[in-house]
Amino acid sequence: MRNSKTIYFIFRKEIAGYFNTPSAYVISIVFLLITGYFFSQPLFLINQAGIDGFVDMVPLLMTFFIPAVTMRLFAEEKKSGTLEVLLTFPVTDLQIIGAKALSSLSLIAIVLGMTFMYPLTVSILGRPDYGGILGAYIGLFLLSVVFTSAGLFTSVLAHNQVVSFILSFLISFVFYMTGKLSPFAPVWLGPYLDFIGVDSHLNNLSRGVLDLRDFAYFISVSGFFLYAARVRLWIMRYD
Amino acid sequence: MISVRNFTRKYADLTAVDDISFDISPNQVTAFLGPNGAGKTTTLRVLSGYLYPTSGKIEIAGHDLAENAQHCRKLTGYLPENNPLYEEMEVFEFLEWSGLMSGIEKPGLRKTLDSAIEKCALSSVIGKNIGTLSRGYKQRVGLAKAILHNPQILLLDEPTSGLDPNQADETRKLLAQLKKEKTVVLSTHILSDVKAICDRVIILNKGKIAAESATSDIAVNYAGERRITLVLKKDGNQADFQEKLSKIEGVNSVSAKEDGNETVYEITTMSSLDLRERIFNLCLQEKAPMLELYRKSPSLEEIFRNLTQ
Repeated sequence: MRNSKTIYFIFRKEIAGYFNTPSAYVISIVFLLITGYFFSQPLFLINQAGIDGFVDMVPLLMTFFIPAVTMRLFAEEKKSGTLEVLLTFPVTDLQIIGAKALSSLSLIAIVLGMTFMYPLTVSILGRPDYGGILGAYIGLFLLSVVFTSAGLFTSVLAHNQVVSFILSFLISFVFYMTGKLSPFAPVWLGPYLDFIGVDSHLNNLSRGVLDLRDFAYFISVSGFFLYAARVRLWIMRYD
Repeated sequence: MISVRNFTRKYADLTAVDDISFDISPNQVTAFLGPNGAGKTTTLRVLSGYLYPTSGKIEIAGHDLAENAQHCRKLTGYLPENNPLYEEMEVFEFLEWSGLMSGIEKPGLRKTLDSAIEKCALSSVIGKNIGTLSRGYKQRVGLAKAILHNPQILLLDEPTSGLDPNQADETRKLLAQLKKEKTVVLSTHILSDVKAICDRVIILNKGKIAAESATSDIAVNYAGERRITLVLKKDGNQADFQEKLSKIEGVNSVSAKEDGNETVYEITTMSSLDLRERIFNLCLQEKAPMLELYRKSPSLEEIFRNLTQ
């Protein structure tokens, strides 16, 4: 009970931190403008009502958007010295990591939630594949979890927000590109690249196929980065 | 209250604290004194649970810090060096959040907050953003945060550093009040603070304990040499008398200078000896008219310099 309360206190402070500064609003508006463009372009130019353009574009956009959201989590606290305040409260490192990850994820989920207006528009204009849309959103949310975890890890690693952003972008971009390179890779390597990259897992979910292996992939990659962040914090206390 | 045994802390190749052991008794104000880089901040950071020791055993109120870090953090209130604070938060908002994070339950929180705000005289700024406060007020916010959850032990890293004389005096008064009910450990290089508020002093130098004593006894325990000043009426026998003085057992050196009708002898002796009586007897024996004889204990500043240079 006490554990969940502590997570909530840190989470609440982090969320307030996002909404008390203009950066979260700017990042969210830019994200919505770009995704809006990619949704509306086929709708108006070729009279095609679907969210495929949007779904294809969002993973690439997230490689920028999520690092911009997560870069401040620990790097800013290190720079201002407040990490010393945070880490001397009677809380565990895991609670701090969990709360910070949840706060970023919540902001991302809110912004992603705002894009529901696209499938809503499509449902008014035609008869979309609701299973596919639900699957795509589940996929995009799980992708957000992976990129948020990676961003949190690089924020623990780096001493300033810019370095955290760049490292997080690189990690996310590698996960984004790996799957896309599989058609050009040797035959034996292709399946491995497909498995490591996010593409094949996202495609499965976008088709409405809810395979446990895809869930396991997203959860285990996220778990890896969150664990790495915890180890890095632990090492930092010995550094 | 705090027991530290064979504590070492390294940063890569640099040994900040090198195999030190000490105990801190309850309801005392203990100061870590030392030049920059002596290991004071590192010691407090480890005691606060922010950093872990490279080796050694640390117990806070009987709890092993390595095994029970979270509980030990509950028992301590910590004011870090440079007092980092969440500057975008309002004073009340920050203290309320800190209280909840420290484990204070909501029903008693308001009373606890009011008490800390009153003790640290923060009522006029509770609605202001921390970033807009003066350094003195920020320091008070840091102190309020440290005492908020009524910890048994307060760890304060340079609590009066950067404050103007009035603010420093107020902080000293607050600490004097707090020491009645808490164990206070602070680090400083402001020697007047040590004299004013500390019961015990541990002088650190290059990561080692150079001196450890009750503040009142430090001159006796770590004086090194003592100085006696003898003023005689000038009688033209200065060199001979200086020679006789230097032959007294325990005298390290004697210097003499003439000052009008007087001859002033500066005598340095071993710290453990009090040679005033023997010098007095020598004066009687030599029929030298004595005008003054007094012993000077070295100041804390001198002891600090001797031990850390």
